[in-house]
Parts: sequence; structure tokens; C-alpha cells
Amino acid sequence: MAVRAQFENSNEVGVFSCLTNAYAIVAVGASENFYSVFESELQDVIPICHATIAGTRIVGRLIVGNRKGLLVPTTTTDQELQHLRNTLPAEVKIQRIEERLSALGNVICCNDHVAIVHPDLERETEEIIADVLGVEVFRQTVADNVLTGSYMALSNQGGIVHPKTSIRDQDELSSLLQVPLVAGSVNRGSPVVGAGMVVNDWLAITGLDTTATELSVVESVFRLGEMAPGGAGGAGVNKDSIVESFY
Amino acid sequence: MERDTDAGIPISTLDYQNSGAATILCCNCGAPIDGTTAAEALCSDCLRLDVDASAGIQRDGTLHCCRDCERWLQPPNSWVVAAPESKELLSVCLRRLRGLSKVRIIDANFIWTEPHSRRIKLKITIQQEASQGTTIQQTFEVEYVVASQQCADCKKSFTHNTWRAAVQVRQKVPHKRTFLYLEQVILKSGAHKDTVNIKEAKDGLDFYFAARNHAERMVDFLTSVVPCKTKKSAELISKDIHTSVSSYKFTFSVEIVPICKDDLVVLPIKLARQLGNISPLTICHRVGNSVNLMDPNTLQTAEVPTGTYWRAPFRNLADVTELKEFIIMDIESIDKSKGKYRLAEATVARSSDLGSNDTTYFTRTHLGGILHAGDAVLGYHLTGTRFNDDNFEAIEASSKYSSTIPDVVLIKKSYARKKKSKARSWRLKRMANEYEAEAAAAAAGGAGSGQQSRREQQDANRLEQDYEMFLRDVEEDEELRQTLDLYKVQAQGDAVKEDDDSEDEVPEIDMNELLNDMDELEVADE
Repeated sequence: MAVRAQFENSNEVGVFSCLTNAYAIVAVGASENFYSVFESELQDVIPICHATIAGTRIVGRLIVGNRKGLLVPTTTTDQELQHLRNTLPAEVKIQRIEERLSALGNVICCNDHVAIVHPDLERETEEIIADVLGVEVFRQTVADNVLTGSYMALSNQGGIVHPKTSIRDQDELSSLLQVPLVAGSVNRGSPVVGAGMVVNDWLAITGLDTTATELSVVESVFRLGEMAPGGAGGAGVNKDSIVESFY
Repeated sequence: MERDTDAGIPISTLDYQNSGAATILCCNCGAPIDGTTAAEALCSDCLRLDVDASAGIQRDGTLHCCRDCERWLQPPNSWVVAAPESKELLSVCLRRLRGLSKVRIIDANFIWTEPHSRRIKLKITIQQEASQGTTIQQTFEVEYVVASQQCADCKKSFTHNTWRAAVQVRQKVPHKRTFLYLEQVILKSGAHKDTVNIKEAKDGLDFYFAARNHAERMVDFLTSVVPCKTKKSAELISKDIHTSVSSYKFTFSVEIVPICKDDLVVLPIKLARQLGNISPLTICHRVGNSVNLMDPNTLQTAEVPTGTYWRAPFRNLADVTELKEFIIMDIESIDKSKGKYRLAEATVARSSDLGSNDTTYFTRTHLGGILHAGDAVLGYHLTGTRFNDDNFEAIEASSKYSSTIPDVVLIKKSYARKKKSKARSWRLKRMANEYEAEAAAAAAGGAGSGQQSRREQQDANRLEQDYEMFLRDVEEDEELRQTLDLYKVQAQGDAVKEDDDSEDEVPEIDMNELLNDMDELEVADE
């Protein structure tokens, strides 16, 4: 299902949080409202972690992860890294990487199988991504933007890309990813889909400004409705069964 | 969490890959659009509703118009002439709108409004970049309120004592014909363009100017067309002793020689000797920038330059108001001519004497070319008149000239005109001038209302007579006509040609000489 949320008057929920099939990381906010949205959807399903990276709250842009692993930038302090190791499930590999492009969330976009990365990323980083996240890595751009993580939101079911992406580019990306892609926007026309929402295989959280049309595009391309056949209200039972299937 | 009540568009009905150009859904209305060309995921309709290109632009404004000269204020302080719905006015209007410089104006035009509503409406089409690569075009209306504000020039002309230089033109004669002529010459040459104000004063006109050189130009012009003497005086207004800068008001007094065309003039004998020993009893046949005199007995002419005149000024003996009508009984041409004049010997009788007595007078005249027996002619009757003039007494006393004084001096042919002259096919332009306010006020204070109105009536009558006489002069004198601009009168209905014209054909002006009046042409167009 898809939910709207807001982090301290900001619609860019993808900036302040990171959502995977195995865990969620949420920035430390002045109020707990944003955290509550995650908690109400994911409580008892996956661990939700309060964290900062390099002392900042823009965790969603600095880190990147999937079910198998988590990459944090070199600016992450030891204490923060330790906190993440303590909170996340043991099977999630956490790796700090030395990369000049330290906003990993902006330059890397991945699901559990494939990652689309910034073309200028270092070779070693590419290898680490492949090892830690267990994915195939492709250097690509999205609608001529190098920041693949910002302009693309991806799950194992589908993906949404920058609205100006041409059909040809969509086809090309889709063939790399092996999931259906669609061009679209979030937060009432914002093209920064990667930063405007977070998504995993059964849940999408978008900014509060997202219109019904955008939300329906999101639900349809990520197949969120199918994952919760009971509809928006009575998904409690189904949720567990779905989660089990992923473990 | 429950979905919002705004209904989503079922996405499954859309086939993304094969929907042609449409790649995304409009984020507002869900319409499929081509995302690669659309402005930030909005369809054109939603964009039009969402983005207001004219947001920073005023929708109303105030225009300032001067009521007197009907010019428009162009801030900060210039005033421009602009006709209603003209492109000049459009530019004034557009310049008044704040925020219009940030957008591109595609089109602007007036929406008709009733002039008395004091409103001007404008329809403006603008283009503005909504996001990168997308421009939107929008049309909106702006309403202006026309406020009136006096412009600086009008303020100045309505304020007393703003002139810097004045030219006072005077001619000490009891009629206004010279000024009527001068008015036409000034109108033709445009010498009055720089005047701040023109006032009528006793015996003349006052021209006011904002700068001294304008007044000097006027004085130069006057000396070139009429015989006159000028005197300049300056009045100190203020002086800055630190910088030695002082400001003055200048007054030029221009006095025109009080001799007019067709006046009878008796020269001082001494002056007559100097002027080629002309006979002292002469008539003034022309006034250019000097006075031209002629002895009707011999056709001898003399030119009195302005300087000579003012060294020994003389008055006219009689003017046109004293002309009497005579009838030619007999005329015999003498073989002597000068220019258009031809000497002749004539026997005349007073028109008023006809039927009562047989008194006739013998005289020589310069009008031999145009007079025939039986014609009526205007002339001065010297034997029947008593003059109080020193120069005339001198020639009466002189042994040489006393015998040459004729009984009658003929001046010009008289044409039989209707009492009320028929409408002329031509007209002259008039200069708008004010009556001297002080003089009017003095008249109002001095006399009772009944007397005052009678005096006004008399003044008006006299002026009308002078004007009529001037118009006749224009009709009769081709030479005079050359110096003036005559305009056609727009025919009202078909002018009835009178067939009962007397045998003495009143001179008429050829239509080819007349000019079309620009103002009237414009009226005819509408």
C-alpha cells in the first residue's frame, strides 16, 4: 500500500528515511510523527532504526541499502556505525565505503538484484556494491541525469523514473532491471522521485503533497495493491504472510 | 491509512508502452501527456489554471491627463501628446504597469470605453516562462482611471507673471486694421509659436514669452513686416551678489508708424523737399516695412524709411473713415502711368449732391486705369473739410503749394455691396487672444452695467466694422493677398449664386488661391 507522510513540513521523505525489505532507517526528528507513520505500517515486521549519518538527518541521501546489505559513506562516525550494527538484523552486511561521491543515496539506486549507479563512481566502489548488496551493477543515467538515486525509485516489483524520461530510455533501463518502469512524479509534480518517496516490496511512503493520480501510478507500478489484496484497511493479516514469503 | 476522497484514475486501463507520445499522467488531473515535453508533470490545462503569468502585474492604474492641453503624463515629469486609442497612448499605458518588464508582451490593444467614463481599458497578452522550456501565454485586462492633473506648461500659463520677456506692439490709430493684417502675417509665418500668452491692450497687442531670445525673434519679425521703432527695457527681478547672477524681465516696446494704407498725408515741407521734392500733399498707397507715399497729381512716389519717419514724425491728415463717395462724371486718361497706376483727369460730383445741385469738382487721379464715367469712387473731400494740422496750414500758407491743393483726392473705387455682405467663399484664421483683464475690470468698475454693456456693444461693432473693411481690402488688393493665407469655406448646401450682381462686379477671389483647412478636412473625413 502507499501512504503519504511528511517530515517536519518537508515532503521529501526519501531524504530523511531509507526503506528496504529487511529494515527501515529513519532520521531523528524533532517530533515523532514521521517515525509513527513507519511504525504503524512496519511494527513487528521489520526493525525500524533511528539514526543519524555524520551527525546529519539526511540519512536517506547518504546511505543506500537493500535486503542483504547497507552502504554508509566514509563520513559516518564509528558510533553511528556501531548503532546501526546493533539495531539492524545480523544478516545485513554493513560496509563503510571511501567514495568521493559521498551521498550514496543520490548516486546509487538499487533493489535486491540490480543497482543503477552514477557513471563516475569509482571501480572499487562498484565492486563493493556488488559484494555487499549482492547485486549486478550498471552505470546508467536517468533522463540525462547522473544522479540515478535521486531520479529513480526502485523495488523488486517495479520502478518509477523522472517524468522527462523518454520511452526509449525507459525500455533500456527496464531491460537492465528486468522490472516494469514508468515515468512519473511525486509531491504534486516534483521530478525528484527518488528523494520524494521510499518504497519496498509492499509499502511506499510518499510526501504529503502527492496527488491521487501520482499515488495511483505509484501503487500500480509497484504492485502495492496486489500485495495487500484486502485493500487499504484490513491488511494486518496479509502483511505477515507477505513478509514471511520474503524471509 | 485511508486514501483521500479525491478519486484516482485507474492506471491499469493505460498501456504505457503503446500510448504514443503520452508517457506520464498529469499530476493534477491524471490526463495522459508526453512527459518529455510537458512542464513538470502538468498538462497544459492544469498549467494554465495553476500558473498565473500575470501575477506580479497590476490590473489597474491611474493615468494623468492635463485637461487644458490634453497631454498625458509620462512619469516622472514629461507630458506627451497622444490621441485616444493611439499607439502613443498605448505606450504611456503600458509604461504605467509595474511588473510588465519581466514578461514578454505579445499583444496589447484598447477596449472601447465611453470617454466620459474617464476609464481606459486595455487587453494585454503576455508570455512568460513557467518552467524551463515551457512558456505560457495569458491574456488579461487592465483598467486605468484617467485623473486630471495640470501640466507644468499649463500651470505656468495660468499663473501670472511667469513670462520673462514681453513685446508690446502699439499703433496709435483709432482702428484695428493694421493689427488684423499683422495677425494674418503672424499666423502665416508662425511667429506666435513661442508665445506664452497674447493679450489685447488699448491700441495694440502684448505678446509674452518665456525667454528673451523668443521676444527678440518676434521683434525682428515685426521690423521686417511693418514700419516700427523698438525700445528695449529691462527690469531687475533679483540679483545674487555672491555669484553676480541677476535675472531680468525684458520688455520690448514696438511702436508702429501710425500711417495706414489709403491715408491722406501732408508731409512737412522740409521732408518733402528731401524726398525728391515731392508735393507735400500725398496719399499713402502701400505700407511695407517703410511707408510708401504717392502724389496723385503726378504719380511721383516717395518712400519714407522708418528712421526718417521717427526723426520727423507726422500724422495723417485724414483716414479711411473720412472717405466720401463721389460719382465720376467724366474721366480722361493722360498718357502717364506708373506700375498699376495710370494718371487721369476726372470730373466728379458728390453722390449726396446728385439731384440737389450741380457742383462738380475737377481732379487728377492715379486710378485712371480702373475708373470709368459713372463709377462710384471714394475720396477725400478737401474743400468741405477743415483740418487742424500744422503741416496742412503750412502748405496752405506757402506760395508754392497753396495753389496745388485739389478739391478732391480720389483714393479707391467703390463697389456696390449689399448692406449685409453675402457669405464669402473664403475665410481667415484668427489668433486666440485674451482681452486685457485689467482693462475689462476697470471698465466694469468705472461704469454702470447698462452703460458698460453699451460700450461693449460699441466696441464690438467697431471691431466688426474694422474686420469687414479689412476683408474688403483683402478682396480688392491682390498684392496684400499674397502675404496672407486664405482658406476655403466648406460649402454649406449649394451656394446660391446671385444673378442680380450689379454691373460693377465685386472683386472675387479665385478658388485656386485658397487653401484647404486641415482641421476641416479632418471633420469631413469622419
